[in-house]
Amino acid sequence: MFVKKRVAVVGAGMTKFMRRAQETGKELAFEAVRQALDSCNMRIQDIESVALGTAPDAFDGVHMKGEYLLDGAGAYRKPYSRNFVGGGTGVFSPIHGWFHVASGLYDTCLVVAEEKMSSCLPHPQAAFLTIFDNMIERPLGPNLIWIFALEMQRYMHRHKIPKEQIAQVAVKNKRNALDHPSAQIAKAVTLQDILDSEVLAWPVQRLDISPVSDGACAIVLASEDVARQITDSPVWIDGVGWNLDTTYWTNRDLYFPRYVANAARMAYSMAGISNPRKQIDFAEPYDPFDYKELHHMEGLLLCRKGEAPKLTAEGVTERDGKLPICPSGGLLGVGNPIAAAGMMKICELFWQLRGEAGKRQVAGDPRTAVAQAWGDLMQIGTVVVMRS
Amino acid sequence: MGTALKEEDIERQKVLTVAYQPKAKYAWAAGIAIGRFLEGLKAGEILGTRCEHCGRVAVPPRIFCEWCFKSSDSWVKLPDTGIVNTFSISYITADTTRVKTPIIPAVIGIDSTTNAGFLHLIGEVKPEDVRIDMRVKAVWLDPSQRKGSITDIKYFTPLK
Repeated sequence: MFVKKRVAVVGAGMTKFMRRAQETGKELAFEAVRQALDSCNMRIQDIESVALGTAPDAFDGVHMKGEYLLDGAGAYRKPYSRNFVGGGTGVFSPIHGWFHVASGLYDTCLVVAEEKMSSCLPHPQAAFLTIFDNMIERPLGPNLIWIFALEMQRYMHRHKIPKEQIAQVAVKNKRNALDHPSAQIAKAVTLQDILDSEVLAWPVQRLDISPVSDGACAIVLASEDVARQITDSPVWIDGVGWNLDTTYWTNRDLYFPRYVANAARMAYSMAGISNPRKQIDFAEPYDPFDYKELHHMEGLLLCRKGEAPKLTAEGVTERDGKLPICPSGGLLGVGNPIAAAGMMKICELFWQLRGEAGKRQVAGDPRTAVAQAWGDLMQIGTVVVMRS
Repeated sequence: MGTALKEEDIERQKVLTVAYQPKAKYAWAAGIAIGRFLEGLKAGEILGTRCEHCGRVAVPPRIFCEWCFKSSDSWVKLPDTGIVNTFSISYITADTTRVKTPIIPAVIGIDSTTNAGFLHLIGEVKPEDVRIDMRVKAVWLDPSQRKGSITDIKYFTPLK
């Protein structure tokens, strides 16, 4: 693959993630961008292009949300575009920005991800429903949680995974999030708390799920030569990958996310990674539900199929384990403002790889990490490999 | 960093909000493939399509095979039996209202297809008795009540 310029992340910022923000989406975006620029002493005049990611207009009830967010996203009179690939948006956004710089078109690109889900009443669930097929699925009265329950059940069945092994992911991530200053639902919970929580759609229980959130994140990208003028410690985006499986989701075996594996292989190959299990120091897979972290560890080829629950039980994926998974606290602990949640993982890689993650810092001077997001009708994987 | 509000801040109108309810209505064309599928359901039949290039039999039917990217205009009448590929026991409805009697959505793999199926419901069974790989059969609405909808099948029930 021909990449004209190596791309670095040189700055990052994020708002608090919260259930209801007083700020509008524009105001949240402004906060995140301001922080990202300040973190690398850049002015908006130094930014040549802007890439924005945000989920469906229906959450906000604002049509042309990309345009609506433009001014807060720092895109006034700049080349600007918006991407949206469902839950995969957050990790696709840095890829979207990467095109701008890797192609040689621009030396700098500001990447912004924003989500304000709380405006939709009584629950954004109503807006989610329209992802189901309008002819043959919506008449059955589906609920978004169904697709997770159906996928989770298939995954558990195929590998004979007990619910307890899945719930331990929620315990770990909510605890990790206690050290994240932006976290929405960080909490020390026990395995029993998860297992005793309300059954919504078996096997999915209340505490298996990430919350409804508002928030924004931003990063600044720069080409290699420019990045070295901005900072002594750039973090490189060395591999990007994305892949979509069929929308006919009832025609696939849901136990393994093949599209995530395809996206991971693309990103690893670009980054020169031949053995991810050995060469990845820590990972931020997408964890909107606890089983998804396990599913995605397998999709990211960080372990064998069906092995992720075992590694979790053995403590391998703890922040001080051999392969820390979601040291940020993930969506289960930090929160899930869709597009911003994926970008939170990119911010975490940036801070961790610079040794700036504070109490969350992964030991052993991590050099290579992978972040991933997932979405649409259980069909997209977006993957970014970063190196210090 | 952002200012978090509490639920009661909204309820007690301690913060200003502006409300709006969209009123958009749609009349979707069912399309060539799903149109015929729905006609089939009205007649009490499950129809699939076969790709003459790769031989795959798919349901829901489509006029193209996305694997081969060729037209697949060969129609197949499928049995109304299959297996439960996966299922859930749901205590929430579409708008998250809680229900005491659970709804059991499932992906039904339809017999005589190439690992293809569709979303439907399971009925006439205790939730705790539903299993993956269980054989099931469609329970149809009375012909006079059918209207060319996925709900012309009431649900699938375990084959005795």
